[in-house]
Amino acid sequence: MSDEKGNVTNEWPLWEVFVRPKAGLDHKHCGSLHAADAAMAVQMAREVYTRRQEGTSVWVVRSMDITASDPGEKDMYFDPMEDKVYRHPTFYELPEAVNHM
Amino acid sequence: MYTQAMDTAPKEELSSQVRAMRSAEEAQLEARFEARIDDGAFIEAKDWMPEHYRKTLVRQISQHAHSEIVGMLPEGNWVTRAPTLKRKAILLAKIQDEGGHGLYLYAAAETLGVSRDQLLDALHTGKAKYSSIFNYPTLTWADIGVIGWLVDGAAIMNQVPLTRCSFAPYARAMVRICREESFHQRQGYDALLVMMKSGTEAQRAMVQDAVNRWWWPSLMMFGPPDSESTHSAQSARWGIKRISNDDLRQKFVNATVEQAKVLGVSMPDPLLKWNEQRGHYDFGPIAWDEFWRVVNGHGPCNRERLAARVKAWDDGAWVREAALVHARKHAAKEKAA
Repeated sequence: MSDEKGNVTNEWPLWEVFVRPKAGLDHKHCGSLHAADAAMAVQMAREVYTRRQEGTSVWVVRSMDITASDPGEKDMYFDPMEDKVYRHPTFYELPEAVNHM
Repeated sequence: MYTQAMDTAPKEELSSQVRAMRSAEEAQLEARFEARIDDGAFIEAKDWMPEHYRKTLVRQISQHAHSEIVGMLPEGNWVTRAPTLKRKAILLAKIQDEGGHGLYLYAAAETLGVSRDQLLDALHTGKAKYSSIFNYPTLTWADIGVIGWLVDGAAIMNQVPLTRCSFAPYARAMVRICREESFHQRQGYDALLVMMKSGTEAQRAMVQDAVNRWWWPSLMMFGPPDSESTHSAQSARWGIKRISNDDLRQKFVNATVEQAKVLGVSMPDPLLKWNEQRGHYDFGPIAWDEFWRVVNGHGPCNRERLAARVKAWDDGAWVREAALVHARKHAAKEKAA
């Protein structure tokens, strides 16, 4: 294994864990752990994150395989949606008789 | 479990925080960071943060993580000697929880740019601290009950405010931990209750003896008095620490004295007395020289605990290595196929 700087390390790679709390709900990110491979990551996710029946399904993905938006660009990226209130149903005031459509 | 050690960092760090010739850009980033803190906003791992904030959190979260896994050792001492199968299953579940808590916390610390191996190395070489409470021995079965009641009880007092910590990965880990910690406290109290209500005279004496030995170290878990706490002011400013050491300690004493009455044990403190005027229990002076002696490596079990951790790490080296080699071999095979 090698870290971001390309140094060889003997640390098990990092995995992100997603758990579906019960049938019908989305998988939700719940934490991370180190494991040598995917099978071990799933097994350890079960031991660590579902000791009290918190889940019915587990996903794991290598942390380095996740592409994320740039936190430094957060404002530029997400703020343009702030003034688009017409995208929400509450923007439209209808006559009382039909307001609950 | 919890570490009080957030306040036990080398003092020179404070002066290095003051120096720093900062560029205009950095000053602007810092102003924006401080404004977010003032707004009560959460800071995520990839957000800009002052170097001292990062360092403080790495120290505090990793010391907290170390405390969780070192805390498994005194309890592990009683797994094979638990009085019933039920108590053994409960104890195993609790110890497994502590390992899990350590993992959540190490993962939170790693988001700040340190590796797990670096963190463990700091523990194993004695550079990092862990909660000094675990440097006391578990002499009898009653100690296991008292650890749940008092030590985990103190931990809960300490940890609940941390669920609102400004650093979001730490806060999220604490939410999960607090949810599980309540079981730890209740199972301990329950075990003691059985001995006090239906035990023999000797068993009741054993409980009282355990309370006598753990009471003062439990009060020390909240850290040095506010007047001597080097990091509290900055940590409070940054939303890392929400309630002061002394306030938490008082809250713990008030809650615990009532629980002791129901249990039928007394605290080893002749000065413990309800103060109508303050609306709190008064309690006797804490032996801080003992606290510092234990923090600095001279408690009854410091050497034993660290040696057990190092041995576990060294003995497991071949397993970690073999798993990695196995994974690489199979990855290469899959690629070729």
